[in-house]
Amino acid sequence: MSLLTIEGVTGGYGGADILHGVDLRVGPGEIVVIIGPNGAGKSTLMKAAFGLVTIREGAVLFERRDITRLRPDQIVREGVSYVPQERNVFPSMTVHENLEMGAFIRDDDIRPQLDKIYDLFPRLGERRDQVAGSMSGGERQMLAMGRALMLEPKLLLLDEPTAGLSPLFMDQTFERIQSINRTGIGILMVEQNAKQALAICDRGYVLTMGRNRVEDTGASLLANKDVAEMFLGG
Amino acid sequence: MLMDFLQVGLYGVVLGSILTLGAIGVSLIYGILRFAHFAHGDLMALGAYFALSLVVGLGFPVWASAPFAIVAAALAAIAIDQIVYRRLRRVEPVILLISSFGIAIALRSIIQLVWGPHNQVYVKGIQMPWRVGDLIVKPDHVWIVLGAVVLVIALHLFLTRTKTGKAMRAMSDNMDLALVSGIPAERVIMATWAVGGGLAAVAGIFLAMDTRLHPVMGWSVLLPVFAAAILGGIGRPYGAIAGGMVIGMAMELSTMIIDPTYKPAVAFGLMVLMLIVRPQGLFKGNA
Repeated sequence: MSLLTIEGVTGGYGGADILHGVDLRVGPGEIVVIIGPNGAGKSTLMKAAFGLVTIREGAVLFERRDITRLRPDQIVREGVSYVPQERNVFPSMTVHENLEMGAFIRDDDIRPQLDKIYDLFPRLGERRDQVAGSMSGGERQMLAMGRALMLEPKLLLLDEPTAGLSPLFMDQTFERIQSINRTGIGILMVEQNAKQALAICDRGYVLTMGRNRVEDTGASLLANKDVAEMFLGG
Repeated sequence: MLMDFLQVGLYGVVLGSILTLGAIGVSLIYGILRFAHFAHGDLMALGAYFALSLVVGLGFPVWASAPFAIVAAALAAIAIDQIVYRRLRRVEPVILLISSFGIAIALRSIIQLVWGPHNQVYVKGIQMPWRVGDLIVKPDHVWIVLGAVVLVIALHLFLTRTKTGKAMRAMSDNMDLALVSGIPAERVIMATWAVGGGLAAVAGIFLAMDTRLHPVMGWSVLLPVFAAAILGGIGRPYGAIAGGMVIGMAMELSTMIIDPTYKPAVAFGLMVLMLIVRPQGLFKGNA
């Protein structure tokens, strides 16, 4: 059974269509990566899974439930969390408050989950009373992921999690993504840094001009000559 | 000369307290809905008149009428938002701004129709002032300043300790992220109007205690209220507290040098100066 199924989705942001009949699947506990050139509709495809795109045709299913027409605040309740690429923290609020806001819709005791996140990102634990706006890009990315994990989602959507990070933080971020995944959370991410992303993923999709181009396991895509030429810098 | 300065400074603190309570609401609403709420002054007046109904109709003292006026003004603010502003949320903020102008005129007319166009006061007769040294202190002034302090502390606790208060800050920080986190925007917006409207009612009652009730009382204080909000960096309720005090002080202290008629001009001048020199407000921020 699939966690997330996107079937023949056509749509965009109200104007011209950006996606043209795209298919995508994420199985439980899988890491799936979307790669492709700029303007291929990678982020749009991911946003389509979170109610942020006007879908004209096709369907989005989460655990067999049709979520095509649901709003983001409804999809969050189904067990999907989304980390935007930019502006993904509440800058004037502390680390702790950011995480609390991630858990806004929970009514139970969130302390065990907070402890888990501080375990996963010790840096956040050290800085729990620091204001998010004063943290470095790498720390903010951790906080953004931590915020999204507060709801203990089954699927985590990451939009270019390493964009703008230094190589050191990039490696750390990929490691964190793997540790999150090891707790059983499925991950769908869009990534510019295709080589590293394909190396840690189970499967990858290559998108061009809003259409599926290639779909394969991460290892096979890395070995694929065409893909290498196009996106991996030879 | 020093005594004069202290005496006028006291008036400044009193006016500052009133302006602060109004400016916090303007700032909160701007932070979350991104429009300048021009009906806020008249909302203050409405709150003052709600209290008057209990004072005159039922013989309540002012302090006992205040809770009723707070609740009634909060409900009125929520109702206005639901009936008028909510439908306009998806259009340009300037349309909301103009519509709030319309609401301001409507509120003023309703006040005139219901309570009459003449000057009114809560308590007739002269209040005996206290003398502290050479300083003349009216009991009302003490209540106004104490009331403002208590409400500012309560607001701080609300914004930092409660889930709804934190959600307000989150929405004002990053609306898109608040939405994808599942924060129920419409419910938080309602809470924002309740807080803004309630504080406006208190500001209106205090203003009426300090001066008198009149249908245009709110409209005429709107400019200094906005000056205070802008001085503090609009969208930042904490800045509004400082902004209110600075504007209140500046307006009262200016009367030592120039004719009191120009008090609003002082507020206006400071606002314009601020917009030219430091449009982000007195305090650094990210907004």
